[in-house]
Amino acid sequence: MTHGEQTPAIGGPDSTGHWGRFGGRFVPEALIAALEELDEAHRSATADKAFQAEFDRMLREYANCPSPLYQASRLSESAGADIWLKREDLNHTGAHKIRNVLGQALLAKKMGKKRVIAETGAGQHGVAAATAATYLGLECTVYMGEEDTQRQSLNVARMHMLGAEVVPVTTGSRTLKDAMNEALREWVASVDHTHYLIGSVGGPHPFPALVRDYCRGIGDEARAQILDRIGRLPDHVVACVGGGSNAMGIFTAFLDDDVALHGYEAGGDGYETGRHAATITAGEVGVLHGARTFVLQDEDGQTIASHSISAGLDYPGVGPEHAHLADIGRATYQPVTDAEAMDAMRTLAAKEGIICAIESAHAVAGALRLAKDAPGTTILVNLSGRGDKDMGTAAAYFGLAEGNAQ
Amino acid sequence: MNVQSAFAACKAEGRAALVGYLPAGFPTVADSIAAIDTMIDSGVDIVEIGMPYTDPVMDGPAIQRAAQQALDNGFRTKDLFEVLDAVSGRVPILVMTYWNLVERYGVRRFGHDLAGCGGAGLITPDLIPEEAQEWMAVSDGYDLDRVFLVAPSSTDARLRSTCEASRGFVYAQSIMGVTGVRAGTSSAAPELVRRTREVTDLPIGVGLGVRDGAQAAEVGAFADAVIVGSAFINCLLDTDSATGGKKLAALTSDLAAGVRSGRD
Repeated sequence: MTHGEQTPAIGGPDSTGHWGRFGGRFVPEALIAALEELDEAHRSATADKAFQAEFDRMLREYANCPSPLYQASRLSESAGADIWLKREDLNHTGAHKIRNVLGQALLAKKMGKKRVIAETGAGQHGVAAATAATYLGLECTVYMGEEDTQRQSLNVARMHMLGAEVVPVTTGSRTLKDAMNEALREWVASVDHTHYLIGSVGGPHPFPALVRDYCRGIGDEARAQILDRIGRLPDHVVACVGGGSNAMGIFTAFLDDDVALHGYEAGGDGYETGRHAATITAGEVGVLHGARTFVLQDEDGQTIASHSISAGLDYPGVGPEHAHLADIGRATYQPVTDAEAMDAMRTLAAKEGIICAIESAHAVAGALRLAKDAPGTTILVNLSGRGDKDMGTAAAYFGLAEGNAQ
Repeated sequence: MNVQSAFAACKAEGRAALVGYLPAGFPTVADSIAAIDTMIDSGVDIVEIGMPYTDPVMDGPAIQRAAQQALDNGFRTKDLFEVLDAVSGRVPILVMTYWNLVERYGVRRFGHDLAGCGGAGLITPDLIPEEAQEWMAVSDGYDLDRVFLVAPSSTDARLRSTCEASRGFVYAQSIMGVTGVRAGTSSAAPELVRRTREVTDLPIGVGLGVRDGAQAAEVGAFADAVIVGSAFINCLLDTDSATGGKKLAALTSDLAAGVRSGRD
């Protein structure tokens, strides 16, 4: 499949960057010119066969795409449904994120930018951004919450090895949202020569659509692959949702089909405890990081810190297109607790010999829940990343370093 | 009390207006009321009261720290109106706020309560006119000023449309960067003011970077208002309220003298 032959993205946004009441641009005027330039460059690149061919070549030769579609037979047998895994965990850098960063870095280069900046939580997007920047000869600076730089020192080392500068963020809650604030602050000052390589389908227009478009290969590939394997579409498509790039990447190909779409958010310690990152389930409509979407906020509109065992889902906002899909009932979103996700991670490893990322384990847990509610159906799961990065967390959680862990 | 009268008075004196920014609730609600009173006593013509917010993407370290201190000390949106009530009446008071806080409170309710406390209007750093339909209607309804920002990167067409949507004055963000004091003022500022004057008769205020009377004089020579924020906050950070108050009064006097000498 060539990305150059894609139809325009289904379902918007409109020309002003809105999906219904969500999306838009809530940013300083100083950034508007850059966003306009980015929107124009993205439209032009989408119609540019040479750009799309180059993106396609990078995905094939460098990122190991298309990723395989795998029928998880033993997991299916135990769950009572036909479960298929889209193996984004096998991509270069170990997650779906490589698609987004290669697309944006190529676009940045086309726009004549010499440098990219990125925000990162646990470091996965930072590593991916540093990888893409190195591959395309761009400078890279990654903003990362100070606490995360200490907890994720291996990813900091990876970024350094890839030639990126890592800036610890010491403001606010010192987490992903603060890294994003700092990246936006820097971008206002460096916008003439720097592209902000945003890590998910959030932020001001055109970022949500642009990131979706670079990730939509996941769904386009999976749709073709499953039609080829079983001759029909799945009954359900399942993905985890933090900001929502992997979910939007797979959902987009099925929006016009009679296929149920399910996003699983980070339920953390449990929805009732308040310690979670279930933004659509528990959030209220608000403005965060440049877009109107669902936000975890208090009654004054101050952002509430989110919580998840999975750093990649630990974000108090969500992409505006997801907010819209939830609003119109086209997709459903439910929380999965830390405990459910960890159990699913272990089940997948035990049944299939695949250790997935804790983020992706939320989707697996959702699929197992769905299998109980809708036995015998076909469930396509976006296995968005691999679990190497999470082994420290898993070892501590399951006591795996203590001999015969149960 | 809207800002039009303040600008008219300053124009009659042949000088730029001095606009002073401080966050409500910093470091406490009572302290912020005292500090704003000090600024008014010492010569600011217009006050901007900032709304502390968890994610102030336009602001540099000083305002971030001040906002965090206010939030850590329990600042709530309702406290803004207490501060407004206490300080309004002598000079026009604008509120500078990130949009989510207004939207969460309810745009109409915010406008109603702002007008009820004698507030002049809003400065909205992350709200552009295209997203401001509800605020346009509410501000018209309550006769409130709506101050949008223009930047060096704004196209001529955007300068025009932003000025057309503004009321009270236009905020010229003179530096492509966040708030905070700088060693020198922006070389982009005079050009931005010149371009903005071509499309509007509204007063033009210049913000970002001014820290002393000399810089205020420099900016006041070509702008209708000199907007100062972080330098005021720096007077109050890491000190007791008595010492901070003295520093604040001295700085305000210096800046007030600066705007009065800017066109000599």
